[in-house]
Amino acid sequence: MELANIEKLVEKYLNAATTLQEEATLKNYFTGGNVAKHLQEYAYLFNYFAIAKEETFTKTISLEPKNSKKKSLKWLFVAASIAVLFSVFVGKQQYDKNLQRKEAQKIYAQVSKGLELLSTNLKKGEQAVATLYTYENSVNKILK
Amino acid sequence: MNQSEFLKVVLPFKDKVFRLAKRLLVSTEEAEDATQELLFKLWRSKEKIADYKNVEAFAMTMTKNYCYDRLKSKQASNLTLVHSNYKEKETSLDKKLEYQDSVNQVHILIESLPEQQKIIIQLRDIEQYDFEEICKMVDMKPTAVRVALSRARKTIREELIKTHNYGVS
Repeated sequence: MELANIEKLVEKYLNAATTLQEEATLKNYFTGGNVAKHLQEYAYLFNYFAIAKEETFTKTISLEPKNSKKKSLKWLFVAASIAVLFSVFVGKQQYDKNLQRKEAQKIYAQVSKGLELLSTNLKKGEQAVATLYTYENSVNKILK
Repeated sequence: MNQSEFLKVVLPFKDKVFRLAKRLLVSTEEAEDATQELLFKLWRSKEKIADYKNVEAFAMTMTKNYCYDRLKSKQASNLTLVHSNYKEKETSLDKKLEYQDSVNQVHILIESLPEQQKIIIQLRDIEQYDFEEICKMVDMKPTAVRVALSRARKTIREELIKTHNYGVS
C-alpha cells in the first residue's frame, strides 16, 4: 500500500469516516512492522487494538445460579439464628433478674412489716414499764 | 432451547462481552464476574432469545447496561477502581513487542476517555462492529456515534504524540 493512500485513510480514520474494510487495510499496514516514521503513533494504536482483541474469557460458563448468593443466604440464616438465640438467652437472664428483684422486694416488705410489729409491741412494753416507774415514784414519795 | 444449543449461540461472542466488561470495569475479576452474570441472565431468558434475530447485539447492550449499573453502585459506595491488574495477561506479549510501553500506554489512554467513547472505541476499533450495530448497542444516532468515535481517536492520537515528543514512551 502506498504511503499517500495510507495518509489519506488515516485522515478519514480520525474523522471516523472509514469503512470496516478501510480500517482493516490500515490495520494490516500498521501491524506489518514497516511503518513510516511520522505515522508511528498509529502503529502503537493498531497494535494495541490487535492485542486487546486476543484477550479471552477463560472461565468455564456455569448456567447454574451463582453459588455465592446461595452461600451468603445460608450464612445469613446462620447469623440470624445465632442472633435470635443470643437475644432469647439475654432476655431470659434479664427476666430472671427481674423476678429475683421482685421476690427480694416482697421479702423485704414482709421482714420490715414484721420488724415494725415487733417495735410497736416493744414500745407498748416500754410504756407499761414507764407507768410502773411513775407509780413506784409516787409510792416512794408517799411513803417518805 | 437446551443447554448445548444455548452455548452454541453464546460462545462466539462471550469473549466480546468479557472484553467490553473489562474495558468498563477495568479489573479482570470483575469483568469475569460480570460476564458470568450476564451469560446466566441470558440463559434464564432463553425463551426470549430464540425470537431475537441478533442475540449478540442484545448481549452487548445488556453488558453495557450492566456495567453502567455496576459503576454507578460502585461510585455510590465510594469504591475506587483497581487499575493494577491490566498487565497480568499480557506478559506473554512482552516478547512479541519491543515497544510494549507505548502499546500499553494506549490502554491507559483509552481508560481515561469518557465512558461512552470508551465503549464506542471498544466496539469499533477492537471488535470491529459496523456502525449500524453500534448504534443499536449504545442506543445512539449514527452521527453521534461517529462524532464520539472521531473525538476518541483524535484524543488518543494527540496524547500519544505528546508523550512521544516529551520522550517518555
